[in-house]
Amino acid sequence: MKKLLLSFIITLAVALGALAQDIPARPTPPRLVNDFANALSADQRAALERKLVAYDDSTSSQIALVIVPTTGQYPIADYAFKLGREWGVGEKDKNNGIVLLWAPKDRKVFIATGYGLEGAIPDAIANRIISDVIIPQFRNEQYYQGLDQGIDTIIKYASGEYKADPSASQGEEGPSGFMIFVIVFIIIMIIISRSKGGRGGGGRGYRSGRGGGPIFWPYTTYSGGGSHSGNWGGSGGGFGGFGGGSFGGGGAGGDY
Amino acid sequence: MSRALIIIIALVLVFGFFGCSTYNGLVNKDENVNEAWARVQSQYQRRADLIPNLVNTVKGAADFEKSTLQGVIEARAKATSINLSADQLTPENVQKFQQAQEQLSGSLSRLLVTVERYPDLKANQNFRDLQAQLEGTENRITVARNDFNTVVRDYNQSVRTFPAAMFAGVFGFQQKGYFEASQAAQTAPSVQF
Repeated sequence: MKKLLLSFIITLAVALGALAQDIPARPTPPRLVNDFANALSADQRAALERKLVAYDDSTSSQIALVIVPTTGQYPIADYAFKLGREWGVGEKDKNNGIVLLWAPKDRKVFIATGYGLEGAIPDAIANRIISDVIIPQFRNEQYYQGLDQGIDTIIKYASGEYKADPSASQGEEGPSGFMIFVIVFIIIMIIISRSKGGRGGGGRGYRSGRGGGPIFWPYTTYSGGGSHSGNWGGSGGGFGGFGGGSFGGGGAGGDY
Repeated sequence: MSRALIIIIALVLVFGFFGCSTYNGLVNKDENVNEAWARVQSQYQRRADLIPNLVNTVKGAADFEKSTLQGVIEARAKATSINLSADQLTPENVQKFQQAQEQLSGSLSRLLVTVERYPDLKANQNFRDLQAQLEGTENRITVARNDFNTVVRDYNQSVRTFPAAMFAGVFGFQQKGYFEASQAAQTAPSVQF
């Protein structure tokens, strides 16, 4: 049983690792339109980027258009959620991100909605946007028009759900158990060294650095993934960066 | 005060604090598992809630195969009868839960394959919306299950590795079960248009 469990964990880890490698890295500088398949012209990319940045500035909702040649062996839905999570599309506390993913080689499109937008764009609506707006254009090879109108429709449904918050800030966590442990450890050491009859702190100096005492490495849970780029100053017209939003499997897709 | 006594007191204190922080760490991880489990359950519940709508919509189509529908209804009843609270997540229970849910996935996919033979139904907007919802729910289940496995892996590692393992048994933290990838899960209802 234990062996089975272990092999399962290893398989899972390998599978996750493999998937992680296939997801393109978060773009630097951050962009909302990411055309890894060169399916659009530079003008078309710039036009869509302007539209999406303006929408992000006014509502804080982030719509990322991602074009990859193929999603490989992974279902386009899984690929879209994974990418959305890894890049952190949407704001962290609102999860108001959308990934519009297109894989031209696979002839598939998918809209992945972040947790916070599942109410504004339920799966049935996402499905209608895909099958009634985007796919008819794609079938006529009007790819830019399909994406443009698809984005317009997404914006139409999502508008009013969130407002831009000029002072987005996030709280830091308090001191962890580790620090408490270190302090107690130091106090005990002081008591012990005092008890040696005045000659305290003679030879060895106990350091309170992070490298101290690997045997009793205390147990703390670090939950912060640290997927924060943070730059929300964006008044210069450019895109400020992804905010760390998460995805839970909402959305719909189709092939053409 | 003798030196030995002080060292003993120091050791007791260190162990005490270490035990506390281990305990707290395990409680945190246990809570993460509970939270992830709640999400898994709510997504399965969501699927179960969608099925009556689906069945009613499909029933409307003339002479739809009764046996396929009956299979879905029975599998749903069976799947919803297994409810696991967060402290019952032993590997055996999780496996049982998963089996019942996968039976439902199987009969649902049979239903959706059968629907292919009914063009009127496929063109029905209500049915298309339901299909999209069902597909989205399957996606959410996959995500929730993966998240659950991640936190359970984290928790189980803590429970089983030294030094936390010393305390885990004393405090009654036991290993929890995973969802395992199976054939049926990979062929969950996928809707093609």
